[in-house]
Amino acid sequence: MTLSPSVLSVPMAPGVLPRCAEARCVVRSNLPVNGEYRLLTLDAPPEVLDCQPGQFFQLLCPEPEGEHPFLRRPMSIYGYDAEAGQLQFLYKVAGAGTRGLATLRPGGMLNVLGPLGQGFSMPQHWQDLLLVARGVGLATLAPLARAAQRSGRRLTAICSARRPELAMSVDLFRGYGAEVIVVHDEDGSSTPEALRGLIEARIAAGRVDAFYTCGSSRLLRLLQDLGQRHGIPGEIAMEQQMACGLGMCQACVRPFREEGGIVQRRVCREGPVFPLLEAIA
Amino acid sequence: MSAADLSVRLGAMTLANPIMPASGTFSEDLADVFDLDLLGAHVLKTIMRGTRAGNPVPRVCDLQGGMLNAIGIPSKGIEDFRSRMLPYWQGYRAPLVVSISAHTLDEFARLCAEVSLPGVAAIEANISCPNIEADGNAFAMRPDTTAEVMRRLRAETDLPLWAKLTPNTGEPVAVAQAAEANGADALVTANTALGMAIDVRTRRPRLGNGMGGMSGPAVKPIALRMTYQCARACTIPVIGCGGIATLDDVLEFLIAGASAVQVGTATFQSPTVMARLVAELGDWMQAQGLASLSEIIGSVEMPEGEAA
Repeated sequence: MTLSPSVLSVPMAPGVLPRCAEARCVVRSNLPVNGEYRLLTLDAPPEVLDCQPGQFFQLLCPEPEGEHPFLRRPMSIYGYDAEAGQLQFLYKVAGAGTRGLATLRPGGMLNVLGPLGQGFSMPQHWQDLLLVARGVGLATLAPLARAAQRSGRRLTAICSARRPELAMSVDLFRGYGAEVIVVHDEDGSSTPEALRGLIEARIAAGRVDAFYTCGSSRLLRLLQDLGQRHGIPGEIAMEQQMACGLGMCQACVRPFREEGGIVQRRVCREGPVFPLLEAIA
Repeated sequence: MSAADLSVRLGAMTLANPIMPASGTFSEDLADVFDLDLLGAHVLKTIMRGTRAGNPVPRVCDLQGGMLNAIGIPSKGIEDFRSRMLPYWQGYRAPLVVSISAHTLDEFARLCAEVSLPGVAAIEANISCPNIEADGNAFAMRPDTTAEVMRRLRAETDLPLWAKLTPNTGEPVAVAQAAEANGADALVTANTALGMAIDVRTRRPRLGNGMGGMSGPAVKPIALRMTYQCARACTIPVIGCGGIATLDDVLEFLIAGASAVQVGTATFQSPTVMARLVAELGDWMQAQGLASLSEIIGSVEMPEGEAA
């Protein structure tokens, strides 16, 4: 029997559209990308494919041998294509959940909940965009790069990695018309000091309207400092351990700076994308 | 859509069906996923009088068959409840159950009076949260403190008053009877079981609070046992809560003596689960040819020698 993607249909209140849906997706492929990452491609129903760059899904991961992940695992969207009916996740095998994902074979089933959270914004006056991320954090910025190209923005992507061959998604960003700069630990080009010089030169040339980043505390601190010095706004996609992913359980809070003090916000609901200057590393 | 009559009585209240959320696992955010008026009642996350930040992260921890949490009741306080939450929930037909808690008897009594407002159908007294006092201490750990707090709360409200009990007590029946004798209109069995998990590499607890409450399928037998014990020993209705995720789980609690059930952690795995359970329960009733759930509530057949 061939399985087909489907949504778990439940009644909505009259006039209310579901913000997200729980769906059964069919695994199209689940392939190693380089030594550390795997790319999962799913056939997904249209109800879950109206996504925004920066949003995420909650994946009900299968149980790997000898382990029993219980809660869903949040995973940022690497790619979505409503026309092709496809959803993609790029992941690093790191724990019980992602070890479970690695066991998925083509034709297998994965239950996903999403799309969830608030994605990146891209105001019209942000024309020159600088994306800076490291490792799997680059995956989160991939849909943003595609949206930027479609709306005619100029795009630079600084891809940081331990070694040059581990830099993620370089070809993908180039495909979206980005100028790609690979920095890495082996030649010291990925240190905050080196990046500061690189980014300040571009700011001096008037080529940065906004920063986008994901994950790394070091990069956040650097971009916040540059943003404050030069009056450049930006956004960051953040992570926190989650349970429900919808906002009910209040597990995934982080502190943020607001006028009047520090506030706790839920990464799953108010985020995962936040204004760069409000985030706390 | 099922035509079966799923209504249940909880003292003076009648619920359209016995499925409701467990406090702490439910908020307006779920309205984006299904029609919340499908539920028998709405049970809100516990509020406290003042504002409260909650516990440090990590606040949850993933385990085999369940999870630990030590959220710590972050609360925006009574004013936020009155001005924002209550008007929102009044937009639904399902009865609204407000969960309250406090550190002291005076604060608890005052909050109970303050939330006794039009639009509130019942008050669930959370006298059993394991995460706000050291070592999981709570009013519902002992019969005497349970009696004292319920007496104070009873004096402050004419609304149906539910007592949420804890599986951490060694005297569940005496605590349940103390709640009933001091004015509880229903019992909720039960809150989370105090637990712990340690990361062996760092030797640190896996929760920011050190200890936390265990929930999920792994605690279901404990909650079911307590539901049975309390239903047998008390005359007021009992609401089962603990690890309920499937239709069979719902039926088990009803057969053990619960008049209704609360679903919590299962919603984290599948946010549509409560809507499905309502539909499945209706289909089951029709298939069984049952006219009323009262035909199965408390219908457990114990082995000889066990008082049922």
